[in-house]
Amino acid sequence: MTAGAAVLFDEPGPRGRRAMLASNVLGAVVVAGIAVWVVLTLVAKGQFDSGLWRAATDARAWQYYYLPGLRNTLQAAAVATVGAVVFGIVFGMGRLSSVRVVRWLSSVIVEFLRAVPVLLMMVFLNALFGVSLRGIVPDSAYAAVVVALVLYNGAVIAELVRSGVGSLPRGQAEAGFSLGLTRGQTLRSIQLPQALVAMLPAVVSQLVVVLKDSALGQLIGYRELLRTAQILSSGGGNPLQTLFVAAALFIVLNVVLSFVAGRLARRLSSRTSGSPHPGTGIGPAPAVTAPAAPEV
Amino acid sequence: MSEFLDLLRQYDVAHAFWVNLQLTFWGGLLALGIGTVLAVMRISPLTSLRWAGATYVNLVRNTPLTVIMVFLVLAVWTQLGVTLSGDFTSNFFNFAVAGLGVYHAAFVCESIRSGVNTVPVGQAEAARAIGLPFLAAARIIVLPQAFRGAVAPLGNTLIALLKNSTVAAAASVAESSGTMKTLIEFHPDYRWQVFVTFAIGFVVLVIPIGLATTWLSRRLAVTR
Repeated sequence: MTAGAAVLFDEPGPRGRRAMLASNVLGAVVVAGIAVWVVLTLVAKGQFDSGLWRAATDARAWQYYYLPGLRNTLQAAAVATVGAVVFGIVFGMGRLSSVRVVRWLSSVIVEFLRAVPVLLMMVFLNALFGVSLRGIVPDSAYAAVVVALVLYNGAVIAELVRSGVGSLPRGQAEAGFSLGLTRGQTLRSIQLPQALVAMLPAVVSQLVVVLKDSALGQLIGYRELLRTAQILSSGGGNPLQTLFVAAALFIVLNVVLSFVAGRLARRLSSRTSGSPHPGTGIGPAPAVTAPAAPEV
Repeated sequence: MSEFLDLLRQYDVAHAFWVNLQLTFWGGLLALGIGTVLAVMRISPLTSLRWAGATYVNLVRNTPLTVIMVFLVLAVWTQLGVTLSGDFTSNFFNFAVAGLGVYHAAFVCESIRSGVNTVPVGQAEAARAIGLPFLAAARIIVLPQAFRGAVAPLGNTLIALLKNSTVAAAASVAESSGTMKTLIEFHPDYRWQVFVTFAIGFVVLVIPIGLATTWLSRRLAVTR
């Protein structure tokens, strides 16, 4: 049932179409009604006071709050993504290693990091960097955000590497062996490159998770977008307005990333024998997509 | 060692975890309710409902949970004066549950939709052939099979929800991440032990959920 909805109901006839049109109009009226009610409530509470919105959107707000916050968010997310990909490839290969100790150790580390909430890691690392490594780590909050994101998302990417290699057709490895390559050589020069191409869309989707989780830095005092928006609001008494702007920025960035991931998945399918699919945006992506329903 | 155990008792670490479990339970229930409605909307014949469901999912899925939590407490509660309970503590708790439910509903919806994709076309065609209208076909034929096919992704969402319940700290709920922060701040000598204790607490909670959902998804999978 991959085509989604179309098979769930009959093609409507003239009466059905009229009923659907009426329901659509009714639905639109209900949605518009809710929107009007929200706006009226906000107006009644003085939330559309132009001063509140001006303070949340003027040049000063952008120059001193949103843009520096956005820069910090993007910087942490970018550094963390690079680190997570390196971490993921190393530990993903570790889990595929032919040495049992390496395989076992990588599995324990990856499973542990996937089960611990990112926020706990950030809080702990912040304390660790701020006290034990004071002087070595200049900005403990920034370092804690980046390292925690690398550890968690690296573990997720390690799983992607492993499942990516696992989902390649068996013939790929067999072809490598029949050429006389060893297991390691086959992994490195035949399986891994295809698995990496196949997992690229899921990595781009994982960027959405990195960006969203970077907002956790707010809780340990890292001056990312949410934090600066909140600081701005404490001066103007307008958290609704400033958080609206911050949320809109996050949403636009993430929608663009999700779109890129979807496009990549379609474009790359000819470049690998694996199956590229965008991730789910929460936790690890499914190892293999649900088996295709048999066509009746 | 005994001093450390005393510390865990003194700060009532067990209760902190209990709060996370409660947040997960109520948040999960709310998310399952909203998510199922959203999933039905997204596969319904009505364009406006499909559009509304898709808009909700795309907006919420791309917003950080922390932003939602801070928004609920700072904007909805402080600025707009909406309260969810007369009691101060349960007010924050209810806001956190609302935030967790609203956020994870988008992922529940997508999980159920991926479950719908495991139902063969013939099932829906058979439902139409015996004259069932959309809602009946969805309720009697498609959704029961879809839920069984969606156990694994729903389990992933539940695990994410349990881990994300720590973000309730942004809504001023006293749960495990806040307790850990306090413990580390006031007893820095024990910070490794404290972190390992809390981390293992989550590992112990998360791994059974993963095993249970894997087992359930195999057991419930519709044999075709």
